[in-house]
Amino acid sequence: MKAISGRVWKFGDNIDTDVIIAGKYLRTTDWSTWAKHLMESLDPEFSSRVKPGDIIVAGENFGCGSSREQAVLAIKMAGIGAVVAESFARIFFRNAINRGLLVVQCKGIAKSVENGDVITIDVNKGEVLTPRGILKIQPIPSFLMEILEAGGLVEYYKRKMRKEVV
Amino acid sequence: MGLTLAEKILSRKVGRRVSAGEFVEVDIDLAYFHDGSGPLVIKALEDMGVDKLANPDKVVVVFDHSVPPHSDQAATLQRLVRNAVKKFNVRYFYDLGEGVCHQVIPEKGHVLPGQVIVGADSHTCTLGAFGAFATGVGATDLAYALATGKLWFRVPETILVRVNGSFAPMVSAKDLALKIVGEIGVNGAIYKSIELTGRGVSKMSIASRMTIANMAVEMGAKVGLIAADQETIRYLKAKASLGEALFMEGGDADASYEDVRFFDLSSLEPQVALPHSPGNVKPIEEVEGVEIDEAFLGSCTNGRLEDLLVAAEIMRGRKVHENVRFVVVPASKEVYLKALEMGIIKILLEAGALIGVPGCGPCLGAHMGVLGEDEVAISTSNRNFLGRMGSPKAKIYLASPQTVTASAIEGRITDPRRFMR
Repeated sequence: MKAISGRVWKFGDNIDTDVIIAGKYLRTTDWSTWAKHLMESLDPEFSSRVKPGDIIVAGENFGCGSSREQAVLAIKMAGIGAVVAESFARIFFRNAINRGLLVVQCKGIAKSVENGDVITIDVNKGEVLTPRGILKIQPIPSFLMEILEAGGLVEYYKRKMRKEVV
Repeated sequence: MGLTLAEKILSRKVGRRVSAGEFVEVDIDLAYFHDGSGPLVIKALEDMGVDKLANPDKVVVVFDHSVPPHSDQAATLQRLVRNAVKKFNVRYFYDLGEGVCHQVIPEKGHVLPGQVIVGADSHTCTLGAFGAFATGVGATDLAYALATGKLWFRVPETILVRVNGSFAPMVSAKDLALKIVGEIGVNGAIYKSIELTGRGVSKMSIASRMTIANMAVEMGAKVGLIAADQETIRYLKAKASLGEALFMEGGDADASYEDVRFFDLSSLEPQVALPHSPGNVKPIEEVEGVEIDEAFLGSCTNGRLEDLLVAAEIMRGRKVHENVRFVVVPASKEVYLKALEMGIIKILLEAGALIGVPGCGPCLGAHMGVLGEDEVAISTSNRNFLGRMGSPKAKIYLASPQTVTASAIEGRITDPRRFMR
């Protein structure tokens, strides 16, 4: 997987899925609307300021709460390139991999970066490059990397089916 | 070295001994979703090109999030899911008004101890109360499970929670659940299993066990497990004809537990979670007096018959405070009907409560009691996240049915022990 660089938007601990995308916005077939309400209750301006390729950095337990996959889709629809956090809630972590959103667990990241910093995530090397040094990331198991690199679980499933046909 | 209950269930499923940290692929005994997660589940199935489910007889769909639909979009999405349920020959479909999925599924006899269950809802862990390894997943994972009949899991480490003693009057399972979440913390059990044991648990009703298992995910846990016992069998026998001998084992005494926590029910007081985290828990005396605009009794945490019954016992001969809307939503039609027969609904209605259609109610902030700017609610549900029930400027406190009812009467957060008869 290629290294990616992006500008940091920093959030705290326990960012829950209601904050990422509130329940009142979920019932729609127009997925692009979710990006407009991303992180709205914390920062109503966020969705208008975030640019494609930006990176979210957060503390512990990012994505806790509901299993709503719309939380991952809202982040993807806003063009966010990756989320780096001290730790992730488990359902959010699975959902992100399943939707091809790069999620990286990295101890020490919250203290090492500020809003607006540019960081580089190099999954192959297993590190995040910050203006204040290099941090190790928790390795992603190889079968999850396969799902991620396929672009998500739907595409992974289709590839698996095709191989079985062959 | 013995096995934890989570290790035991997963070992039994894969046919070899597995322990914490291993990745396993497991046959799914039951998969379910609702009208909230349904549209994304169906979309994922279509994108995968699936035209037949692996085991349509092991699939349950319950409409509970938007009952009846609160917007044209919600109605359109429900229609889409309803049509797909027919197309995919889903065996068990419970349309609008049956109740919250986590309540309806055990009521209809779909749960057995030792099963591995996935639901496209985070509170699927509620079914851990029956000794089932039941966990919430996202829509795409659920679609994958429907397509293949399998899903991968990391065998979780386990925190053992040992509970002794009996509840004091006006103290109940919700107070214990809040106390546990407060002590372990909202990220204290990420990826882990919470295994509940001890005499305090075995004396509890199934409804109370469900309340506690329900909140395991508020600590980040994958599952909240309680081994099946005679009480479980009694409940399940009333719901379905049980065939083979049931899996009734618990964790082994010499299993490798990551941590052991002790709780004594006898000294437990009413607890309240303050805004905006279910882990921000304080004893009632530190919160009493906060004025409220709404009180909500219901949800998959506390919408069962025993919850409505204690509310009616406190409310009998009293009135809801004039500044408060007291929203009561039975967790299922079965609960509602029994509450009607027992006169519970009459007491609550006459006292001024607003009774809603069985389902999730206002818990997720879509309808039936949405909070406005600067409003304050006390709720028996499981989450008080910022903006969860409406305006991000509203505040939500979480508490037991007893505390919520007492607060509805007084118009401010109130210790229910003031209402002992």
